[in-house]
Amino acid sequence: MEQIYLTIALAPLVGAIFAGFFGSLLGRMATTVITIAGVLISTVLSFYVFNHHVLEGGEVFNQNLYTWMQIGELNVSVGFLIDNLTAIMLVVVSFVSLMVHIYTIGYMHDDAGYTKFFSYISLFTFSMFMLVMSNNFMQLFFGWEAVGLVSYLLIGFWHHKESAVEANLKAFLVNRVGDFGFLLGIALVLMYFGSLDYVEVFASLGNVTGVTMLDGTSVITVICILLFIGAMGKSAQVPLHVWLPGSMEGPTPISALIHAATMVTAGIFMVSRMSPMFELSETALIVVMVVGAITALFMGLLGIVQNDIKKVVAYSTLSQLGYMTVALGVSAYSVAIFHLMTHAFFKALLFLAAGSVIVALHHKQDIREMGGLRKKMPITYWTSLVGTLALIGFPGFAGFYSKDMIIEAVHFSQLPFSDWVYVAVVIGVFITAFYSLRMFFLVFHGESRMDEHTASHVKESSISITLPLVALAIPSALIGYLTIDPMLFNGWLDNAITVAANHTSMASLEANFHGANGMIPHALQTLPFWMMVGGIASAWVLTLYRSQWADWIQKKFHRSNYVLESLYGFDRFNDIVFVGGIKKLGNFLWKVSDSGLIDKILVNGSARFVGFIASMVRPIQTGYVYHYAFFMIVSLLIILTWVLFAGDNPLLEL
Amino acid sequence: MDNSLLSLLIWLPIFGGALVIWLGNERANTARWLSVALSIVVFIMSLSLFTEFDSSTHLMQFEEKASWISQFDVYYHIGVDGISMPLIILTTFSSILVLIAGWEVIQNRPAHYMAAFLMMEGLIIGVFSALDGILFYAFWEASLIPMLLIIGVWGGDNRVYAAIKFFLYTFLGSVFMLVSLIYMYNKGGSFSILDMHNLSLSASEQAWIFWAFFMAFAVKVPMFPVHTWLPDAHVQAPTGGSVILAAIMLKMGGYGFFRFSLPITPDASLEFSEIVIILSLIAIVYIGFVALVQRDMKKLIAYSSISHMGFVTLGVFALFLAYTPGAAEGALLGLEGAMIQMISHGFISAAMFLVVGVLYDRLHSREISTYGGVINSMPKFTGFAVLFAMANAGLPGTSGFVGEFMVILGVMQANIWYAVLAGTTLIVGAAYTLWMVKRVFWGEVTNPAVSTLSDINAREFGILAILAVAVVAMGLYPQPVIDVMHVSIEHLLNQALTSKL
Repeated sequence: MEQIYLTIALAPLVGAIFAGFFGSLLGRMATTVITIAGVLISTVLSFYVFNHHVLEGGEVFNQNLYTWMQIGELNVSVGFLIDNLTAIMLVVVSFVSLMVHIYTIGYMHDDAGYTKFFSYISLFTFSMFMLVMSNNFMQLFFGWEAVGLVSYLLIGFWHHKESAVEANLKAFLVNRVGDFGFLLGIALVLMYFGSLDYVEVFASLGNVTGVTMLDGTSVITVICILLFIGAMGKSAQVPLHVWLPGSMEGPTPISALIHAATMVTAGIFMVSRMSPMFELSETALIVVMVVGAITALFMGLLGIVQNDIKKVVAYSTLSQLGYMTVALGVSAYSVAIFHLMTHAFFKALLFLAAGSVIVALHHKQDIREMGGLRKKMPITYWTSLVGTLALIGFPGFAGFYSKDMIIEAVHFSQLPFSDWVYVAVVIGVFITAFYSLRMFFLVFHGESRMDEHTASHVKESSISITLPLVALAIPSALIGYLTIDPMLFNGWLDNAITVAANHTSMASLEANFHGANGMIPHALQTLPFWMMVGGIASAWVLTLYRSQWADWIQKKFHRSNYVLESLYGFDRFNDIVFVGGIKKLGNFLWKVSDSGLIDKILVNGSARFVGFIASMVRPIQTGYVYHYAFFMIVSLLIILTWVLFAGDNPLLEL
Repeated sequence: MDNSLLSLLIWLPIFGGALVIWLGNERANTARWLSVALSIVVFIMSLSLFTEFDSSTHLMQFEEKASWISQFDVYYHIGVDGISMPLIILTTFSSILVLIAGWEVIQNRPAHYMAAFLMMEGLIIGVFSALDGILFYAFWEASLIPMLLIIGVWGGDNRVYAAIKFFLYTFLGSVFMLVSLIYMYNKGGSFSILDMHNLSLSASEQAWIFWAFFMAFAVKVPMFPVHTWLPDAHVQAPTGGSVILAAIMLKMGGYGFFRFSLPITPDASLEFSEIVIILSLIAIVYIGFVALVQRDMKKLIAYSSISHMGFVTLGVFALFLAYTPGAAEGALLGLEGAMIQMISHGFISAAMFLVVGVLYDRLHSREISTYGGVINSMPKFTGFAVLFAMANAGLPGTSGFVGEFMVILGVMQANIWYAVLAGTTLIVGAAYTLWMVKRVFWGEVTNPAVSTLSDINAREFGILAILAVAVVAMGLYPQPVIDVMHVSIEHLLNQALTSKL
C-alpha cells in the first residue's frame, strides 16, 4: 500500500514540476495531459484507498518515510497516517481537484499563463495531500504553509491587477497570524508530549491532562486554542476571515478548489484530527463553537449585500465554514467532516457555475447586470440550481443532511452558550436561503439587465466547463442521502475521531436518527425548514416580485446597510491599526531609534568625540622643534614644582 | 593529502589570490578563469572534509600542528569538528558563487577583485579551522582587510565612510578578544583554544572574558545594539561583498559563541544568558519592524539579516533555560537550530543579495520605488526571487524554516514568552519580505525602464539555480547536516553545562 499512498501524493507533484519547469517547452496540450493524468492517477488511487480503508475496513496505515531530523530521542519524520478520515479527505480533494483541472482547460483557455496555472493547481493538490496524509505536526505544518504558498501565488495570478497582488499579500499575512498561533501550539505539544508524532502524542495525553501552565491554565486548553488560532486563519474564522473575500481576485477555478472546497477546510480537518486533544478541554470547545457561530451568522449576513457573484459565494463559504466549526465545537466532528464533504462538492459546483457565467459575460461579475440567463445557459442553470438547493439545505439534497445534523447537534449540546449558538445557526438558515436565492434569481431569472453587446454574445460554456458542473452536481444532490448513515452513525470515522463520553451530542443524534429517508418528513415539521422556506420566499419577493421593495428597505435601514456594506469595519480597522500603526511604529524605530539614537548619537557620536579630542590636541603638534622644547620646559617646570612642593615628598628627604 | 587538507584549503586560495594579482588587470579573463577554477577546486577539496568526516566523535579532525612563534607557545594548529566543518563548506560554496557573479559586472580592476575574494576565502577558512588563539585572532583580523578593500574600492558612492565604519567597528570589538586571549595565556600558559576550554576561571574572570568576547562576536553577528554598521556596509558594498558579508562573515560571530563563549566561560554564559536572549529578541522583533519600512532593497535585506541572526544567538543562549536533566532535546534544538539557521541564512541571504544585484546591474537603483511589475519583463528571475523571498519568510520546505522552527521549538522549553516574541517573525518576516516582493515584482510596470529589462542570462540563472537547489534540499532533508554536527554539539552542551567554579 505504501507505494499507492506515495503515488497519490507524488503524481500531482510530478505534473506540477513538468508543467512548471517545462511548460513552455512542452506546450499547452502536453502540459494539460501530464497534469491531468497526474491528478487522475491520484483520484483513481484515492478511490481505491477509500474502498480499502472505509468500505473494506482496512488497517490504519502509519509509517514514516524518512527522518527529517533526529535530535537525541526526538524524531521528526515525514510520514503517512492513512485512516478513514484521511481516505475520505483524499477522495474529496482529488475528485474536486480533477474537476477543477478539467474545468481549467476551458476557463483559462485564452490566458497567457495557462501552463503556469496548471503547474500551480497540481502543486496545490500535492500540498493538500501532504497535509491530509501527514502523521505528525511538522509535516502538517509543511502542508499547511505549502497550500498557503500556492494560494498566495494563485490569488496573485493576474499579477498586473493591483487589487490581486494586494489581496494575495493580505491573504498570506493573515494566514501567517494564524500560523503564528499554530506554530506556538506545535512547540507546546513538543514541550509537554516530547514528540510531534500524532499517535505518540495522543497516547500520552493522559500524562498531560491536569498539568497547568501560566498561573493555572490547563496545558491542553492552551495548546488547543493555539492550534485553533491556526485553524481560524486557514479556515477564515472571524476575525481572521478578512483574507477570504479578497482571495476572489484569483481565477475562478482556484476559488472553487482552494478557497471553497479544500484548503479552507484544512482547519476543520485539523481540529477533527486533533479530536482526542480537543475533547479534553471544555474551554477550547466553547471557544471553537462560539467563533464558529459568529462566523456562520455574521458572514452570512454580509452575503446579502454583496453584488459581485463571486463575493456572494465567498461569504457563503465563510458562513458554511462557520457551520463546520460550530459542529467541531459541539464535538460532532464526524458531522463537521460530513458537511465539509458535501460543501466541497456543492460549493465547488457553485463557484464553477459562477465562473461559467463570468466567462459567458466576458468577465463581468456584477449580478445587478445579469438576469435571465436561464434560457441561454441551461446546463449552468440546472447545475446551479442543484448547487443552490444543496447549499440552502433543501430536503433531499446533500447540504440538507449535513446542515440539519449540525443544527441538531447544537440543539443537543450541553455546552454553555449552545442555546445562543443554536439561535445563530437557525437564523443562519434563513440568511443562507435568502442570499443564495437572491443571487440565483438575479442571475438566471427575470429580465436581462445586460448591455446589448454582452447579451448578444452569451452562450453556454464549452464542454470542459460544463462537464465538471454536471459531475459535481451529482454528488451535490446525492452524496448526503447516500453517506449520512455510514459516515455519522456506522463507524466510517470511528478509527480517526474520539468523542468523550460526557459530550453527548453525537449520541443524542444517533438516538434520534431514523434513517436518511425519515429525515425529510421529519424536517418539514422543524423550524430550520421553515426558515429556509422563508428565505426563499423573501428572496423571490425582493428580487423578482417587487424588487423596488429591496431599495426601500435599503433606504429605510441605511444604517444597518452601511454596517453590512462596510463589512463591519474589519478592513478599515486593520488598515488603520495594523497596517498604518505598524508602518508608523517601524518608521519611528528606524528614524528615531535606529538611525537617530543608536547610529548618529552613539556610534558616529563616539567617532566624532574621538575626532573632537583629536582636534583639540592637534594644534600642539606643530612640527617646530622650538615649540616642543618650549612644552618640555614648561612641563618640566610643572612637574618639578609638584614634586618639590607637594608635601610628603620622598625626594625632599634625600 | 589528508594530513594537509585544511592547510591546502586555507593557503591555496590565498596564494592563488596572489597569483591572480600578479596576472594583473590587463589579463582579466585569465584572472577570472583562474579564480573561478581555483574556487571550484577548493570547493571540491572541501567536500572531502564532509565525506571523510567522522561524525561519531567530537574530537578535532584533520588536525595539523606546527610551532609558529615558539617564544610565546603560539602554534600553527588547525582542525575541524562538526561545528566548524559545515561553515567551511559554506565558505567554499559561497566563494564560487560570488566569483562567478562578479564575472562581467566588475570591470574596474577585475583581477584585484577576484584576488580579494580568493584571499578572503582562505582567511575565513583559517578562522573556522584555527585551534590556536593567536592564529585565530590573526585570521580573524586579516579577513577584515579584503572586505575593507572590497567595500572601499568597488563600493557605492559613500563607500569610504561605510568601509571605515565597518573596519573600525569590528576591529574595536575584536581587540578586547585579544586582551582576553592574552590573559588566558598568562594564566594557563597556552594559546590553544582547546586548553582554554579546560582552563579553570573564577566567576569574575569569566565575566570579564565573557564580555570581552561578547564585544567581538556581537559586533560581528551583529546583535542589537551594535548592528548599525551592517546596513551601511551592505548598501555600499558591491553585490559580491554583500554576499560574503552576509553569508559568511556574520557567521564568524555566531561561530565565536560556539567555540569560545560557551566552553570557555560557561558560568558567565549562564549568568548573562538572559541579557543575550533579550538582545536577540529585540533583534528579531524590533529589527523586523525597522526592516518593514526600508525603501532600499539592500538595507531591507541587511536588516532582515540582523533579525534572522537573532535566532542564532537566541538558540545558543536559550540552552541554559531549555535544558532539563534527562531531556536535553530542548537545549539541543536551540543549539542545532542556531547552526542550521547560520547555514541556511548563508544560502538565503546570499541569494537575496544576488537577486538585488541582478536588478542593480540593470537599472543601477536599489530603491524599491524604482521597480514594480518586474515579472512582466523578467519572469524566470521573478520565479527565483519569489522562492528566495519565501525562504526568507521561513516557508516550510525551504532551509529558512528549519532553523527558525528548531529554535522556536527549543526556546519554547526555555520560556513561553520568548517563543511568542520569536514567533512574531512568522508575521513580520513575511510582511517585510513579501511586501517588498509585491512592490518590486508584482503589479503594473510603472517605470518604463522596467519594461526594457532583459531576463537573467545563463550565468545568473546558474548561480540562482544552485542556490535554489541548496535552499530546497536543506529544507526537505536537513538530517545530514544535523548528523554531522550532532556529536560535537552534544559535547559543547556538556561543556556549557559543566561549571568551572
